[in-house]
Amino acid sequence: MAKIIVVTSGKGGVGKTTSSAAISTGLALNGFKTVVIDFDVGLRNLDLIMGCERRVVYDFVNVIKQEATLNQALIKDKRTDNLYVLPASQTRDKDALTQEGVEAVLNELSESFDYIICDSPAGIEKGAQMALYFADMAIVTTNPEVSSVRDSDRILGILQSKSRRAERGEAVDEFLLLTRYNPSRVEAGEMLSVSDVEEILAIPLLGVIPESEAVLKASNAGVPVILDSDADAGQAYDDAVQRLLGKELEHRFLQAPKKGFFQRILGGR
Amino acid sequence: MSFFDYFRSKKEPTSAALAKERLQIIVAHERGKRNNPDYLPQMQQEIIDVIKKYVSIDQDQVSVQLDSNDDCSVLEVNVTLPD
Repeated sequence: MAKIIVVTSGKGGVGKTTSSAAISTGLALNGFKTVVIDFDVGLRNLDLIMGCERRVVYDFVNVIKQEATLNQALIKDKRTDNLYVLPASQTRDKDALTQEGVEAVLNELSESFDYIICDSPAGIEKGAQMALYFADMAIVTTNPEVSSVRDSDRILGILQSKSRRAERGEAVDEFLLLTRYNPSRVEAGEMLSVSDVEEILAIPLLGVIPESEAVLKASNAGVPVILDSDADAGQAYDDAVQRLLGKELEHRFLQAPKKGFFQRILGGR
Repeated sequence: MSFFDYFRSKKEPTSAALAKERLQIIVAHERGKRNNPDYLPQMQQEIIDVIKKYVSIDQDQVSVQLDSNDDCSVLEVNVTLPD
């Protein structure tokens, strides 16, 4: 039986796809057979972030409609062993995802995989609901910014009432992944701190990903940022994956880098 | 922060503190509404319609609130009647 993890947020542009790509790659690097599914039907982008956009032949909706088999649609990652991508359809609309169809695909994947990562679309419509419905665990991706925190809380409400686990009287394991964190701005009082967001959302913290130039570089190249082991963001994602696997690690990158003497006197970055 | 910033007073709350306060209020408010049953808005409308048959009131002069404790729920209807 695979563990089903949804990467969700409510708000768009907070880093769901970046995080899905990084975390699924991290799990595969640790030896777990992992598949990452793009639920954003009509606006697929996971294939670009994973760097396999030119290898897409069949997609998730083709499999649901039984126009292709899972083996035909799954794309084996070229860089990382044990890692597969199931792309979203670019042409259909989100109603193509039916609960029975999604369940059948997840059941079939569950037989041979250890982890199934569901990359949710933004919003709370059908696609997002389908992505989270079957989840055992949710990674709520949040930016330290008012609209993102509010939308995350809304998504937590949906996880607690409209997921399969909730309907069975169980709870989805919820974790906070704080992304685009800028410690300097937090210290200047311009950005919500980790503890502020933890206090408001009241769910355990999986990781803090610092705002980093490495993320854009990684998406430019179509390489999951976790593979950039020199970058702070790559290391932070690696830590988050280790915590997901049960290791207890201290959170890093929460303090701004110390400024030199001249920088402090003269100002500037 | 530059040399000159040290001379400025820092009395007003930071924007992050403001963000946190606003979020705490709106999130608490929305969590309270989350467990309301789906029929509540329609019921509120029908209550207003019944009252309107007898007294002319505005939509915003009626507030319907459902408070749930452990084993009992209290439906509170507040109507401000015009003079």
